[in-house]
Amino acid sequence: MTDQIAIKGIKEGLLVTVSDAEGWADTSRALLARIDQTADFFKGAKVALAVGGRAINAADLGRLRDALSDRGVSLWAVLSDSPLTTNAAQALGLNVALPASTPQTRSVPEKEIDPEEARDEAVLVRHTLRSGRSVRHRGHVIVVGDVNPGAEIVAGGDIVVWGRLRGVAHAGAPAATLQGSSTNGDTGAVVCALDLSPTQLRIAEHIATSPARKGDPKPEMARIKNGQIVAERWSAKGKSE
Amino acid sequence: MTAKVVTITSGKGGVGKTTATANIAVALAGMGEKVVCIDGDIGLRNLDVVMGLENRIVYDLVDVVEGRARLRQAMIKDKRMPELYLIPAAQTRDKASVSPSDMIKVCNDLRSEFDWVLIDSPAGIERGFRNVIAPADQVLIVTNPEVSAVRDADRIVGLIEAEEKGPGHLIINRVKIEMVKRGDMLSTEDVLDILAIPLIGVIPEDEVILVSTNRGAPAAMEEKSRAGQAFRNIARRLKGEDVPFMSLDDNQGFWQKLTARFARSGG
Repeated sequence: MTDQIAIKGIKEGLLVTVSDAEGWADTSRALLARIDQTADFFKGAKVALAVGGRAINAADLGRLRDALSDRGVSLWAVLSDSPLTTNAAQALGLNVALPASTPQTRSVPEKEIDPEEARDEAVLVRHTLRSGRSVRHRGHVIVVGDVNPGAEIVAGGDIVVWGRLRGVAHAGAPAATLQGSSTNGDTGAVVCALDLSPTQLRIAEHIATSPARKGDPKPEMARIKNGQIVAERWSAKGKSE
Repeated sequence: MTAKVVTITSGKGGVGKTTATANIAVALAGMGEKVVCIDGDIGLRNLDVVMGLENRIVYDLVDVVEGRARLRQAMIKDKRMPELYLIPAAQTRDKASVSPSDMIKVCNDLRSEFDWVLIDSPAGIERGFRNVIAPADQVLIVTNPEVSAVRDADRIVGLIEAEEKGPGHLIINRVKIEMVKRGDMLSTEDVLDILAIPLIGVIPEDEVILVSTNRGAPAAMEEKSRAGQAFRNIARRLKGEDVPFMSLDDNQGFWQKLTARFARSGG
């Protein structure tokens, strides 16, 4: 069982990599058993857990974190290629990446991805993003719900919010901001929302803040025009007013 | 008897978690319920002071968790109320001396003896927060009508949802109706617009709170305090009663209603 689990020291503490050969229940049990065997070694450790492409929900992840915490081990980061796991980790307030100085260790070798193709992938978030949540994706991001102040979306492609956008939105983010996106960002990217009043709006390397709203919110789409971010009302006839 | 475990939390410090915990506890106990409060703010305990029980502490929560005292020994009875107890936090230890599973165990041990277990939280979203959320059946989120407190409450609601503890119920504390009318303070509607969770209480700003906190006699004991009345209403709502939100709008209207209620209950 132990060869499922690889442990190595990194600058931030310990990096524990688990394979995805077994089910999650078995894997987490094996991990806890391993820690119990060498309890002194693990006591007080800060652990980053790499789970590969495995999909783990917030409840399971929370249980593992609490079980680790009972053993004096603090889980501070979860590294995964699965959007579900990453989402769950973020929801629990855990980090989802090691600081940039540390080389990324992935349990699954990254597939060769055509950057153009990758940007056409979209993630759908079907709930409100509350303060502190961050959704980062190299393709498009669609949210059905609100994006509250204090939440952020960083997308390599477009951002569509079926609700109120009041946090920070960055569409067409350049590679410096978002791993795997295009080098200089996508100046053709758009941000649309039923109520477009972001704290800050960025497209590629342009930055804008929302002007004070007059009257009722209307659906709007923001894009770059003549080197500036402009927001235009979106009408059902399919043309901007 | 199976107690309901209710955690009172906020994210931001200083919004009135401890005051709310003490007052709701007193209000529930005043209705004849068996109540025990746990101060979850280990290292920065306050609830004992607000409840006026500081000088009677012998054992605390960490003593119970680490096996130096039995649960019974750490429970301080509030003699002003028929069935109100406090389990104080340790002042000389930190959050890491208690784990989420310790809290679950303590609460489970209390369930059979009480109607309510109320847990006061530390500020923040780290270990201390997880300790108090783990055993909760219901979470009350306290906020003030100001942007930074609401932002932190929003973060907390997100974390509570991630822990699958439901969206929680909202208490808006320290509302100054004159300022809301002038447009200088967020209204209840403004706060609910962002947080979008059910409201369980709106507490008006009341000087009685400060005085009673310093005296160690929660305002819910005072018949005349408006804030005390608002806390008693929260207690009734927790018990499942459908209590209309009291009008903060008009002093006279409120007093008329209050006297009308007394007249009715007085026969």
